[in-house]
Amino acid sequence: MSLLRVDDVSKHFGSLIAVDGVSLAIEPGELRAIIGPNGAGKTTFFNLISGFFAPTSGAIKLGDEDISALSPEARVARGMARTFQITEVFPELGVADNLRIAVEVAAGYGLRPWIGRIARREIDERVTGLLSLAGLTAKRHLRVGALSHGDQRATEIMMSLALRPRLLMLDEPTAGMGDQETFEISRLIRRLHRQEGLTIMLIEHDMRVVFNLADRIMVLAEGKVLAEGAPEEIARSEAVQAAYLGKAAA
Amino acid sequence: MSANGRRAFDVVIWALLLTMPYWMGAIGGYTELATRVVVMGLAAMSLNFLLGFTGVLSFGHAAYFGLGAYGTAMAIKYIAPNTWLGMAVGIAAAAIASALIGAVIVRRRGVYFAMVTIAFGQVFYFIAFRWNTVTGGDDGLTGWHRMPIDLGLTQLDIYGEDKAFYYFALAVFAVCVGMMALLLASPFGRTLLAIRENERRARFLGIPIERHIWLSFVISCVFVSVAGSLYALLNNFTDPRALRFDQSGNFVIMAVLGGMRSFWGPLIGAAVFVALQDYVSSRTENWMSVIGLVFVLVVRFFPRGILGVLRGKAAA
Repeated sequence: MSLLRVDDVSKHFGSLIAVDGVSLAIEPGELRAIIGPNGAGKTTFFNLISGFFAPTSGAIKLGDEDISALSPEARVARGMARTFQITEVFPELGVADNLRIAVEVAAGYGLRPWIGRIARREIDERVTGLLSLAGLTAKRHLRVGALSHGDQRATEIMMSLALRPRLLMLDEPTAGMGDQETFEISRLIRRLHRQEGLTIMLIEHDMRVVFNLADRIMVLAEGKVLAEGAPEEIARSEAVQAAYLGKAAA
Repeated sequence: MSANGRRAFDVVIWALLLTMPYWMGAIGGYTELATRVVVMGLAAMSLNFLLGFTGVLSFGHAAYFGLGAYGTAMAIKYIAPNTWLGMAVGIAAAAIASALIGAVIVRRRGVYFAMVTIAFGQVFYFIAFRWNTVTGGDDGLTGWHRMPIDLGLTQLDIYGEDKAFYYFALAVFAVCVGMMALLLASPFGRTLLAIRENERRARFLGIPIERHIWLSFVISCVFVSVAGSLYALLNNFTDPRALRFDQSGNFVIMAVLGGMRSFWGPLIGAAVFVALQDYVSSRTENWMSVIGLVFVLVVRFFPRGILGVLRGKAAA
């Protein structure tokens, strides 16, 4: 059974059709990239899946459960986690505190006015593990707002990972990064996919990253699916080249 | 500030509070003024639980401060002359009102939330102002006073002894502030910081934002009602001004003046506010203009408040 199944989903904003009848199935353990020119509807599609918007029509299933009408919090509770195009962290708090909040909420302690020593030790260990995985141990006490863009992005990804998601959604994880930071984040994503076995869905503009990481690629243009397939199929697709380079190039 | 620095600062604050009635006279103050600092400090710190640590601005906290005050006064006057009973009734009234109103307004954000809190606050103000036969109307509720506390073998005469009432108020303050500190250091407290810092990220970590803001609002209102109850007991009197929106504004001024990102900041702000109010109002009726000027200068030049500046210097 597919981990995520999107059936004929559309989103209209007044007369603007941002997503138009898109379907998608992601298998467990897959890394799926969503690409497309600016304004193709990629982020809107992400927002529909993560619960930011309700779809105008169509259905979204996680496992065998229809989650189309669920709130973002309810989708997180069912195993969905996401990052944003513009990094969303808790800038005034330290790196470790950012992760601690995510770990505590994931452990169901969000309403607790206190926790016992054993639970606290388990949380500390989990936070330490996440810091180590992202290479942020030396920066654990630094304020996240003072970190480089790449480190902030890594913190955000680790916060999502702290939720132990079944599906991790990354919205342009290398946006605004230099070559070295892009390399570091790509390496982190590959490690999460290959070593941790995470199912990942990502939107990305950097084609080096996409073709390096993705198992399969879906191309959106003007809110519709233009092409879908393995990276080499997408690379050969004339329709995709036309969408990116203009019709004259096709 | 390091952990050791924070601990040292806590010790200084508590040492000053524990000895305040004994040095207040030397700087031109008196015991009742010291009690007012503690009571208003508690009110400002309670507001700051919501404002500084959850990032939600309320301009209606005087409603719950006043409910604490009127609940206490009316219980002592109409039900039984018992200080504990009065406090319990005042706090319960504010808890119920804030839980109901909070549930209605919790989906509003920013200035809309602040405006709705003013509107609900003014409802309570006009009830107290108009319902003469029960609340005493504009003249306030008189004909009652705080009662000595029965400790079994002995009595604590908080009515006849100013210092005894100061230490009673300080003990209540200590319990409330201790509970706030514990809550803020807990996983629940960290979710409030998360909401303050970035509501979208908090939501997509699975934190039910509305429920947590509602809880923070109710907790904040309950603590501010304790301050209101103490305020009525301090004055042996309460009137509709305790409920009016300018009182809510005063709490916000105290929090911002002292530093709303720090735990003790609002207490410092309240001390400055109360001292200025006492000193300047004895010289001019326009004392609020002076406080307004000080507020504008602090916001303009020290946006992190008095304690923010002191901490910045200590860290430098």
